[in-house]
Amino acid sequence: MIEPRIGVYVCHCGTNIAGVVDVAEVSKWASEHLKGRGVVISRDYKFMCSSLGQELIEKDIKEYRLNRVVVAACSPHLHEATFRTATKSAGLNPYLTEMVSIREQDSWVHTDKIAATNKAKAMISGGVERVRYHEPLEPLHVPIHPATLVVGGGIAGIQAVLELADAGQKVYLVEREPSIGGHMAQFDKTFPTLDCSACILTPKMVSVGKHPNVELFTWSEVTNVEGYVGNFTVNIHKKARFVKEDICTGCSICQEKCPKKVIDDVFEAGLGYRKAVYTPFAQAIPNYPVIDKENCTYFQKGTCRACEKLCPTKAIDFTQEDQDISIQVGNIILATGYDLFDSRRIPQYGYARLANVFTSLEFERLSNSAGPTGGKVVLRDGVTEPKTVGIVHCVGSRDKNYNNYCSAICCMQSLKFAHLVEERTGAEVYNFYIDIRTPAKDYDEFYQRVLEEGTIFIRGKVAEVTDAARMAGEEGKIIIQVEDTLMGKQRRIPVDMVILSAGLEPRRDAKAVAKLFGISCSSAGWVIEKHPKLDPIATMTDGIFIAGCMQGPKDIPASVAQGAAAAARVLGRIQQKEIALEPIRATVNETQCSGCRICNNMCPYNAILFHEDRAVSEVNPALCQGCGTCIAACPAGAISGTGFSNEQVMAQIEGLLLLNLEAEPA
Amino acid sequence: MKYGYYPGCSLERNAAAYNVSTMAIAEPLGIEFNEIDDWNCCGATEYTSIDLLAAYALIARNLALAEQLPDNGKLVAPCSACFLNLTKVAHQLEEEETLADKVNLALAEGKLHYTPGSIQVYHLLEVIFNDVGLDNLAKKVVKPLKGLRIAPYYGCMIVRPGYQRTFDNPEHPTSLDSIMNALGAFVVDFPMKANCCGGHMTQISQPVALEMLRRLLKNAADYRADIIVTLCPMCQLNLDAYQENVNAYFKTDYHIPTLYFTQLIGIAMGIPAEQLGIGKELVDARPALAKIGIEVPSEESVPEKKKHPKESLPMPTMSKED
Amino acid sequence: MSSTHNTSPRAPTFMDEVINHTPGDNRLANCIQCGTCGGSCPSGADMEHTPRALFQMIKGGFREMVLRSNTPWYCVSCYYCTSRCPQNIHITDVMYTLKRMALKEGYYRESSASEAPAFSSTFIDYVENYGRSFELGLATRYLLRYNPMGMVQMAGMGMGMLRRGRMDLIPTRIKGINQLKAILGKAKTLGGEV
Repeated sequence: MIEPRIGVYVCHCGTNIAGVVDVAEVSKWASEHLKGRGVVISRDYKFMCSSLGQELIEKDIKEYRLNRVVVAACSPHLHEATFRTATKSAGLNPYLTEMVSIREQDSWVHTDKIAATNKAKAMISGGVERVRYHEPLEPLHVPIHPATLVVGGGIAGIQAVLELADAGQKVYLVEREPSIGGHMAQFDKTFPTLDCSACILTPKMVSVGKHPNVELFTWSEVTNVEGYVGNFTVNIHKKARFVKEDICTGCSICQEKCPKKVIDDVFEAGLGYRKAVYTPFAQAIPNYPVIDKENCTYFQKGTCRACEKLCPTKAIDFTQEDQDISIQVGNIILATGYDLFDSRRIPQYGYARLANVFTSLEFERLSNSAGPTGGKVVLRDGVTEPKTVGIVHCVGSRDKNYNNYCSAICCMQSLKFAHLVEERTGAEVYNFYIDIRTPAKDYDEFYQRVLEEGTIFIRGKVAEVTDAARMAGEEGKIIIQVEDTLMGKQRRIPVDMVILSAGLEPRRDAKAVAKLFGISCSSAGWVIEKHPKLDPIATMTDGIFIAGCMQGPKDIPASVAQGAAAAARVLGRIQQKEIALEPIRATVNETQCSGCRICNNMCPYNAILFHEDRAVSEVNPALCQGCGTCIAACPAGAISGTGFSNEQVMAQIEGLLLLNLEAEPA
Repeated sequence: MKYGYYPGCSLERNAAAYNVSTMAIAEPLGIEFNEIDDWNCCGATEYTSIDLLAAYALIARNLALAEQLPDNGKLVAPCSACFLNLTKVAHQLEEEETLADKVNLALAEGKLHYTPGSIQVYHLLEVIFNDVGLDNLAKKVVKPLKGLRIAPYYGCMIVRPGYQRTFDNPEHPTSLDSIMNALGAFVVDFPMKANCCGGHMTQISQPVALEMLRRLLKNAADYRADIIVTLCPMCQLNLDAYQENVNAYFKTDYHIPTLYFTQLIGIAMGIPAEQLGIGKELVDARPALAKIGIEVPSEESVPEKKKHPKESLPMPTMSKED
Repeated sequence: MSSTHNTSPRAPTFMDEVINHTPGDNRLANCIQCGTCGGSCPSGADMEHTPRALFQMIKGGFREMVLRSNTPWYCVSCYYCTSRCPQNIHITDVMYTLKRMALKEGYYRESSASEAPAFSSTFIDYVENYGRSFELGLATRYLLRYNPMGMVQMAGMGMGMLRRGRMDLIPTRIKGINQLKAILGKAKTLGGEV
C-alpha cells in the first residue's frame, strides 16, 4: 500500500449533526489521534455538500497531495455522488473517497451528546482505517437498450407509452385485462370538468393500439425479470384468448350469440353481465374478445361451441395455448394502479346486506350511459329512481381500523356523484363528510357549484347505515345515523339509496409484483418511491420507474403527469446510450477457487458462471450488483468484493473499536 | 375440557336460570367447570365510575383466585359484563407494568398476587362455539327446534371491544346464529342484534332506557321472532322484566319472551324444561315453546324479500375475499 | 396511561389530566372530531353534549363545563364508539375517567344526571361490605332516596321478580370479606393516575 495521505472532513449539517455531536472536537481529535494513521488534514465545516464545502476538498487534495478522503456527514444515499464528483474534479479517483454517516447513524438517533460525539470519533476512525485499503476503480459502462417495458394499461401507463412511442422509441405495453383502459374506462364523468371519461380516454387508447412503435400484450402478465438497468430480460406470459388475433375482425357476433351469461365483477363492478366470450367494453383496445375458460360451456362441459360455429372468419381456436415471450428492454415503468377498498369490511355500512347500498365503482357503472342500466340512476331493482340519496365520504380511509391514509380522490368523487344524482334524478342529495378536500385546480370551485345545486352537506363520519326502523317515517327506508357535528346533534336521515365512497387500496398482489421487479412496498402497501418529494417516479432499483396510483392514491391529472415524467426520465437514459455501473462488485480469485460451486446458485442476479474446463467460477461484472452474498458464502474465502474487500471491512472494524490507536507509536 | 368458572352475582339469583341451564348442558357437552372459591362481585359498570384502582383490585382478586385453580389459566364467565371486566383487567395488567404493580400492591394486603398474563378469560358462548363446536353440538340434538323463529341477541360487551382477543365480528356477529341453526331453529338475522340493551340506564333515565329497549323489541318483532335468545343476565333482565314498562310507556303490545341460549341448547338436547329454569322469565316463554311440538313448515326464505323483477341488478355476495 | 404523554415542558392541561387518569394508550389527543362516536352512541341523542363535543371541550380546557355535563352518566358502556373510532381512542374508558373526576370534585351535583352517581355508590356500598351485589337493597335504598315515584313504577316489576324467585331478600356475604376490605382499602390510597 502506498503511504496514505488522508483528508478528514466533518460536516455540521447546520444543527443536524452539530446540535448533538461536537464536530469541532471530533475534527481536532481526528487530526491529533489519527495523524499516525495517515490523516494529514482534518476540518469541520457547516455544509460540506455546498459548493464551498466541495471546494475545500478539491483544494486540499491539490495542496496537501491527498490520496484518500473521508467525509463524515449524512447518508451516502444522499451525497456519496457529490463527494465523489468533488474528488474526481481534483484529479483523484472518486472511489478513493469514503463517506461515514454520522447523521443518520449517530446524531439523528442519539440524544446523549457525549456518547454521540465519542461514537462519531469511532466511526471516523473506522472510515480512516477502511479508506487506506480503497483502490482506484473504474465504473463499468454498459449500453442502454432503447426499448422500454410499461406494465399496466391504465391512464398512467398509456400516457407513458405515448410519450415514449411518439419520441420514436419502441415500447412494450403489458396489461393483465383483455383491454387497456384501466379504471378510468369504467368511470362516467371525470371531475372537475365533467368530461365524459371514455371520450377523453379512448382517443389515447386508439393511439396506443395503432402506434407503430408500440407492441401491445393484453391478457398477459410479466412472470420473470432478470438483468439490471439498461439490460433487462423480461418474460411475458400471454394467456390464451382462444381467438386468433390476426383474423378476428372484432364483429362481436360471438359475444352476441354466446348462451352463457356471467356476472361481470371486473369492468361492471358486479353490477352487470357479460358473456363467457367477451370484450370488456365496446371501445376495447384491442378489440379481440377473450374466452373465459372457467365459465365457458365448452371448456367446462365439452358442448356448445356456438361462437366457433358462428364466427364468419373462423377466428375461434379452442386449442390455443398460453405463450411465453421473452423481450429485452432497457428500462421498465410500472403503472399497475389500485384496487377498491372492500366495503364488506365495514358491516355497519350495510354493503352486500342492504340492497340499495352501492360502492363508488358500482355507481360509476350505474350512471355510465354504456352501463347496465343505460345511464339511469336507479335502485337495485333496476327500475325505481331514488328520491333521496346519501353519499358517504371516507369509507375505509382515514381510519386506523382499515386504512390510515386519505384516498385523495373520494371528496371530489363524492361531489361529482352529488352533481350527477341531482342532474339525473332530481333527488335530494346528502353528503356526509369529515373534511372537504378540494385542493387542486378548479376543485374548490366545483364544490361551490355543488353547493349551489342544493346538495345538503352534513359534517359527520357516518356511524351506521341500517334498515332497522325506529319510527313511522323510517319504515322501508335506509337510515343513515350520524352526528351532525356542526350542530352537535345525532341525526337519522332516511334515504332510498346510499353511495359509499370507498377508499383506494394497493392492488391485492402489489407486494408480489413489487418483489418480481425488485422494489419494495411501504407498510400501507403502496410502492416506495426513491424520494417522496423530489423523485416520486423513480425507485431504489435503477431502471425501474413507477407512475400513477401504484405509488399512492391520486387523481387523473397527477397520474398523467407521473406517466409522462417517468417516460421523460427513461427517454433521457435512452438518449445517453450508455450507463455507468457502480464498480462495487465481486471477483473470484481463481487460484483459491476450489470449484465447489456453492456461490453459483446463491447469486440472486445469476451473475456467476462456471468454467468446466478449469473447474473455477467467475463473476460476470456486468450482472453483478455487489450484494456480497457469494463473498460471504465462499468456504475458501476465494471471492472478494472490489470496494468491499475483506481487508477493508476488517480494517473498519478495528478502527471502530479504536484498536488502531493502540498500534500507534507512543 | 376443564375451565375455571366465574358465575357472577346475577347468576346466583336473578339469572339463576342461566346458571342452572349452563350446568345442565355442561356435562353432556364434555365441559367441566371449576367454580372459583369465594369469588367476589366484579363491580359491573359501577365501580370504575368511582375509583379506578379499587375497581381493578376488586376484579383482580378474582383473577388471583383463578390463578390458583388447576385449569391452564382458562376462566369462563357466562355474564357479558363480568366477562368484559375480567378480560379488560387481565389485558390491561398485562400491557401496563405500572398498573399491575399498583394492583398487586393492593392485593398484597389480602395476601394475594396476580401474575399478569396468566389468565385468559372467555365468555361462555366462545367456549361452546369454539371448543365444543357446531358438529358436536348438532350430534347432541334430540329435539330439533324446527319451526321456532329465534332472534339471536348478542348485546354489546361480548363482541366489543375485544381486549384479550376478538371473538366474532363486533358489528355483525354470527356465532350464536350458527349455534341456534345447529339446534335446528330458524334464525332471524335482525340488524340490531349487537346493539346495547341500555345496561343500568333504567335507573338513570327511564325514558331513555325504555326507548332503547323499544327499538330492540320493535326490530325483533319486525322480523317476527318468536323468542329472543340472549347471553347476558343484564340483557335478559332488561328485555324481559321491563317489557311491560315499554308497552305501558309507548302504548305498544310486545310479548316476546327472552331466554338464555343455554336453555335452548338444553331443550334441544332433550333436557326437561323445569331443569333449565324455564318459567323464571316474566314474559312467559311457554306459549312460544309449545310451537315446537307442532310441525310448522319452516319458511326458508324471509317473506319480506321482494321478488326480483327482470331488470334488477345483481347483488354483491356476502363472502369476503381474503 | 401515559406518563409519556406531555414530553414538552409546558404545564399539564386538563386534557393531560384526563389522559393520565385513563389506563391504556387511550390516544385522546388524536381525536379528529369526525363524530363517529356521537353518531354511534345509543343514548347520544339524549346527552347534553355528544362524546365528540365533550372531547373538543376537553381539548379547549373547559373543565367545569365538561365535568358538569350529563354525558358520561348517560354512557351505557356499549363500546360502539371505541370499536368504530378511526383513531382508536378508548372513548368508554375516558367516560369512566370523567365520571370519577366529576364525582370526586362534586360537579356531578350540578349535572342533570345528578342521581346517577348515587346509583353506582349505593351498588358499591353493598359490594364493599358483602363482596356481592344486592339488588333488593340497591333498589329500595336508591329509589326511596332519589326517585320515589320510580318506586311506584317499578313495583309491578319488583313483585314479578319476587314471585319468580329472582330476587334475594337478604344479601350474601363472602367468606373473605375482610380480605377484600383490606385490598380495597389499600387500593383507594394509591391514587388515580395510571
